[in-house]
Amino acid sequence: MKRIVIYTNQFFGQVGGEEQANIPPLFKEGAVGTANLFRQALKDAELTRTIICGDNYFSENVSKASEEIMIMIKEAKPDIVIAGPAFNAGRFGMACGEICSRVEKEMNIPAVTAIYEENPAVEIYKSDVTIVKSGKSAASMKKTVEAMTGIVKKIMEGTELEKPESVLIPKGIRVNVFKEKTGAVRALDMLVAKLNDEPYESEVPIPSYDVIEAAPPILKVEEACIALVTSGGIVPNGNPNHLPAATAKFYSRYNISGINALRKGDYESVHAGYDPVYGNDDPNRIVPLDIMREMENNGRIGKLYPYFLSTTGNSTSVADAKRMGKEMAMELNNNGVDGVILTST
Amino acid sequence: MNLEIREFAVKNIAFGDETRYIDHELTLNREEITRVIKKDMRVSKVEIDLARPGESVRILPVKDVIEPRTKNEQAAFPGILGEFEGIGEGITYALKNCAVVTTGPIVGFQEGIIDMSGPLTDYTPFAHLNNIVIQIEKQAGIEPHEHEEVVRLAGVTAAEFIARCVRETEGYTKKIISWKSAYELASEYPELPKVVYVYNCMSQGLLHDTYYFGKDSKKMLPTLVSPLAVYDGAIVSGNCVSPGSKTTTYHHQNNAIIEECFKRHGEEICFIGIVLTPLMITLEEKIRNKEITAGLVELIGADGVVQSQEGFGNPTTDLMMICEALEKKGIKTVIITNEDAGVDGKSESLPDGTLLADAVVTTGNSNAMIQLPPMKKVIGDLKSIERTTGGFVGSVQSDGSLLIEVHGIMGSHNLQGYSKLSAVTV
Repeated sequence: MKRIVIYTNQFFGQVGGEEQANIPPLFKEGAVGTANLFRQALKDAELTRTIICGDNYFSENVSKASEEIMIMIKEAKPDIVIAGPAFNAGRFGMACGEICSRVEKEMNIPAVTAIYEENPAVEIYKSDVTIVKSGKSAASMKKTVEAMTGIVKKIMEGTELEKPESVLIPKGIRVNVFKEKTGAVRALDMLVAKLNDEPYESEVPIPSYDVIEAAPPILKVEEACIALVTSGGIVPNGNPNHLPAATAKFYSRYNISGINALRKGDYESVHAGYDPVYGNDDPNRIVPLDIMREMENNGRIGKLYPYFLSTTGNSTSVADAKRMGKEMAMELNNNGVDGVILTST
Repeated sequence: MNLEIREFAVKNIAFGDETRYIDHELTLNREEITRVIKKDMRVSKVEIDLARPGESVRILPVKDVIEPRTKNEQAAFPGILGEFEGIGEGITYALKNCAVVTTGPIVGFQEGIIDMSGPLTDYTPFAHLNNIVIQIEKQAGIEPHEHEEVVRLAGVTAAEFIARCVRETEGYTKKIISWKSAYELASEYPELPKVVYVYNCMSQGLLHDTYYFGKDSKKMLPTLVSPLAVYDGAIVSGNCVSPGSKTTTYHHQNNAIIEECFKRHGEEICFIGIVLTPLMITLEEKIRNKEITAGLVELIGADGVVQSQEGFGNPTTDLMMICEALEKKGIKTVIITNEDAGVDGKSESLPDGTLLADAVVTTGNSNAMIQLPPMKKVIGDLKSIERTTGGFVGSVQSDGSLLIEVHGIMGSHNLQGYSKLSAVTV
């Protein structure tokens, strides 16, 4: 029999109202308060413990409170944790999100909560936590508990969740599925609907992109430290850091101090997205070290940063690209670099 | 304009003394086919294997897949093997459920993998074909660009040569495909919405090229093409783009969108034309081609467009620009793309977009990882996975299984919508 632990607040745990919102975490064996609704609905499981924490206590001591709660949860050795439902309660929503997130990460067991879609906790925790949609208030308790227990039952039975599961708030994760119809058939279905002004659903939401503001110009470039950065996949011959040909998740730095140009044969392109012949023939075409060194010697720039940074910008997800960009910028900032020549391919 | 396609359903393949087709069994004379390929002096070595559906066989790195087809006097694949005349008319012979698969030492970085059994069979349509796998090695000193040409020609030559054995054979399914001028088609079905297919093809430079009537597509402007010419091998893949999003020659010959447009023609839509558009590298070329493509679509009077892509990233910009231009002209557009949503599926999944792209079909997240069990037999070079798209150093696990991203799989998310893979948000 699967063991379930319930997390709730002072109100739904029947300790008291707002006047009890400062109570630290406590637990009671078995089901207390709303936990009884789950006990009735989940007859095949054992509700071993109900953990209750005051809303204020949690929100004012998030790390301490959640640590104390985690100890109580771990003691009970659950297979699944249920938190809430929190409805539109701000503090309680955050507590449910935080506890579920920690349970999944630290204990590697499933956790389920229910929160109203516009509750701020949703935006913070939705990508990590299984959140069932709920109404704004406890008026939707019955329906919410039904939906939660539906998901919990599926998890207990090992039934794969639907993609997507209509009662859940989407985590925003794209997962692959096999449709019944081919892409071409779906495209024509969609076109016919669009032409006939009938409803259809696009399969990809169009993202809105960040607008990147250009940095102000360098006023005295003859005093500036300039770095060379490329997404063109230039690496020392033999690719010592194993930079992948596509979807790279890291960048490498290579020392170019004392080198006047990237010599053919010493460097190569490992980028799978373009024809590397010309880049291999003259790697300076992609990392223009030769020209930059000349400019440094002529005093047209202050100096060249002693490393070039390289990654393969090929089938890279926007998230990975953003992260690598930040990491590069941090390294360059910390090392007094004023400007960058970023070459793409 | 009528084209008769005689389809021969291959149920088994085997080696034998002569290349022949009897009772759905295709027998291949290995030496003869080798000789035909080796007429190209740049080929140093040819090895031919067979890979049938269900066998424990892994093929990599695969460059192209080609359906064997020929005509009577005229060779299929105009401008590459034969003359230009006579394409899209007369009789075409096609060996169905069968393909020539080209492999050998890696040409670019973007050759892919085909497994004939196991989980990959859900992802690659080529697992379900009787495959004639040709490993081609080049003479020393041949540069990568010429290497690509050598392998491309070898594949197409073999496919055409093998198909010749059915020219006198009965026992086929006859398909007649008719095509008319846009004006006649539109007059026949005045009440139906007129649909044009915008057919984007990879044209980003050597190793990323497509050939139309034998011409390197990056040297051409967007143009009207006949679907009958497409069936006759007018479009041949010459590229090494990501295997998952590569339009193989097989995909061109069996273009899923053209098939679907024909199915609905006269019922739900009036299919009036195809515009073939090269996907180019520079912004200037993208803008030029966008204007010409949208102009051609408007000129022949389309109400709606379905647009396919090849490759991902840079070509997504062409796709979106053309979509925007068409929508601004009031032409309702649906596009097909794949996604790069990251291994965890949490990233924004398209590198470019327009708010006017409100009807998008996705062929899946190419970054998703898949583990493949070991196969008993490997045709090609298992280690090459480390250097190809979708693979990485460490892809080969200690038990011989492979860990790769979906876009390392041949045809896994074909952007003409040939397959059923898609993605949803959970």
